[in-house]
Amino acid sequence: MAGPAPSVAGLTADQGGYLALVWRRLRRDRPAMLGVVLVSLIVLAAALAPLLSPHDPAEQFRDGLTLQGEPMPSTLLTGGGLRFPLGTDASGRDLLSRILYGARISLLVGVLANLMAVALGALVGSVAAFFGGWLEIVLMRLTDTMMAFPTLLLAMTLVAILKPSVWIIILVIGAVYWTWIARVVYGQVVAMRERDFITATQALGASRSYTLVRHVLPQLMPTIIVWGTLGIATNVMLEASLSYLGIGVQPPTPSWGGMIQQAQSFYRTAPWMVLFPGLAIMLTVFAFNLLGDGLRDALDPAQRGKL
Amino acid sequence: MWTMIARRTLQALPVLLGISILTFILIYYLPADPARMYAGPSATVETVTRIRHELGLDQPLWVQYFSYMGRILHGDLGFSYRKQESVTQLILGRIPFTAALTLGGICVELAIGLPVGIVSAVGRGQWADRLGMFVALLGVSAPPFWLGLLLLYLLGYVVPIFPLGGAASPAALVLPALTAGLGGAAWYARMMRSSMLDILSADYVRTARAKGLRGWLVILRHALPNALNPIITMAGMDIPWFIGGVVLVERVFDWPGVGRLAVEAIETVDVPVILGTVIFTAVLVVLSTIVIDIVQAVVDPRIHYGR
Repeated sequence: MAGPAPSVAGLTADQGGYLALVWRRLRRDRPAMLGVVLVSLIVLAAALAPLLSPHDPAEQFRDGLTLQGEPMPSTLLTGGGLRFPLGTDASGRDLLSRILYGARISLLVGVLANLMAVALGALVGSVAAFFGGWLEIVLMRLTDTMMAFPTLLLAMTLVAILKPSVWIIILVIGAVYWTWIARVVYGQVVAMRERDFITATQALGASRSYTLVRHVLPQLMPTIIVWGTLGIATNVMLEASLSYLGIGVQPPTPSWGGMIQQAQSFYRTAPWMVLFPGLAIMLTVFAFNLLGDGLRDALDPAQRGKL
Repeated sequence: MWTMIARRTLQALPVLLGISILTFILIYYLPADPARMYAGPSATVETVTRIRHELGLDQPLWVQYFSYMGRILHGDLGFSYRKQESVTQLILGRIPFTAALTLGGICVELAIGLPVGIVSAVGRGQWADRLGMFVALLGVSAPPFWLGLLLLYLLGYVVPIFPLGGAASPAALVLPALTAGLGGAAWYARMMRSSMLDILSADYVRTARAKGLRGWLVILRHALPNALNPIITMAGMDIPWFIGGVVLVERVFDWPGVGRLAVEAIETVDVPVILGTVIFTAVLVVLSTIVIDIVQAVVDPRIHYGR
């Protein structure tokens, strides 16, 4: 095996490891870098919410309401300086502080639910495809059945039955979302199971479980990384939707979807109550989508620029 | 052709069976006692026991499952104690509204999504492509309930062109359909672009160009029909998400469809209605995927199921 290492997209593989190569590809991708920056900013905002927030997110300010008892627009517009930079809600609470604290809930639910979904989906998809037989039939029929239920409606029903709390919502979102990952992983492993390196491993006497863990799972890492990122975007959206319908994270805990639900009766007189939490949701989902798309391109250059 | 349709329908049976089992498990593990709800809060223990016997709730699990299956197959989805009406009747009354919203939403998806995707693919890498895809990714990331409220504020209140919710006139359909379709339009634009890019590099497209056909003729006559095939597959995957979006849109605009019924049922813990809407939509999803597979086989003769 003499000669130079194969070069991919003008980069040689021996400059650092595989991850370094992926990172260099990612750094050339401007939208992906925007995703990296936005995700970092959102994570920082969530982590530093107590330091960054001008107020306690639950405190109801007497000067946070107009004389008529209405929510107030940004004090930057009314000459009140930085007191309530994004305005207040119907209870006179500071919107900016609530949005910053809301980032914690969104990220907590989005990340944990997705960890669960990816782990479960990768397990079910690869076991079904690799072991075949009745396991394949039972697991993939279960996946098909779960996917027939509209995702949001199934999540709504489960949360309503189990009574909403942050942990139940994480469990439910993980439990309805894994099927999508199982489908993708299943397809990949089915394509892989007849390949020579699998046959060779089996011929050398390795057990099927060993082959699955040592030889199949590492090949799935790009898929798992991409879905581990894109899935966060979907799950943040699912949590916001559940909270908007009033069966997500319960008040007084600030969540973006819940804030929009409470804003709905005031959208004509206080549109900022709708606007800012929604921007926060959109920006977060957008950031994880950008990063996920970039990672897909960086991990699989054949797909570059297509999607 | 007919054998294909029959075979594809038979393949759906295990999924339909799975749906019935999953929903039965949901009912069985519900914390609410149907006999107690039927009898009302002031009933004595004896009355509740008698009603439990009359409803067959004291029989073995498998007997209950088969009588439940029998009722569903006769189109009986149970009785809403809160609304004092049969669930089937309730859902049937809402279907026209959801059907109108769904059709409107799909029109918006296709009318915006497909042209944007085609233009993006043809001008790959140019500013229109970059802008189009950036906006599409933002559109995918925007929560539908937030988009709906913004549209209501701008086109219903600030510039009062459309009614502020409800379903009193045909004009009331415009904003809900736009909201239901915009996110999907962004999604279809991305998919259409990706599919079109695959086709544009195919040999027969190059041949068509080489024999001197004009650019747009090649794209519309040769590339587009083939690029649409994967889009039909994706339409099948989109259905469970689209229905979730419809649920949110119906909540925003107070649109009296099946999704609104489901949300009302969850708010009032009306269990038969919750499960009725879940079963109804799941069966609808299964049926639409069958229809989509058939359409695809008609459009693309290379597809043969089960062979």
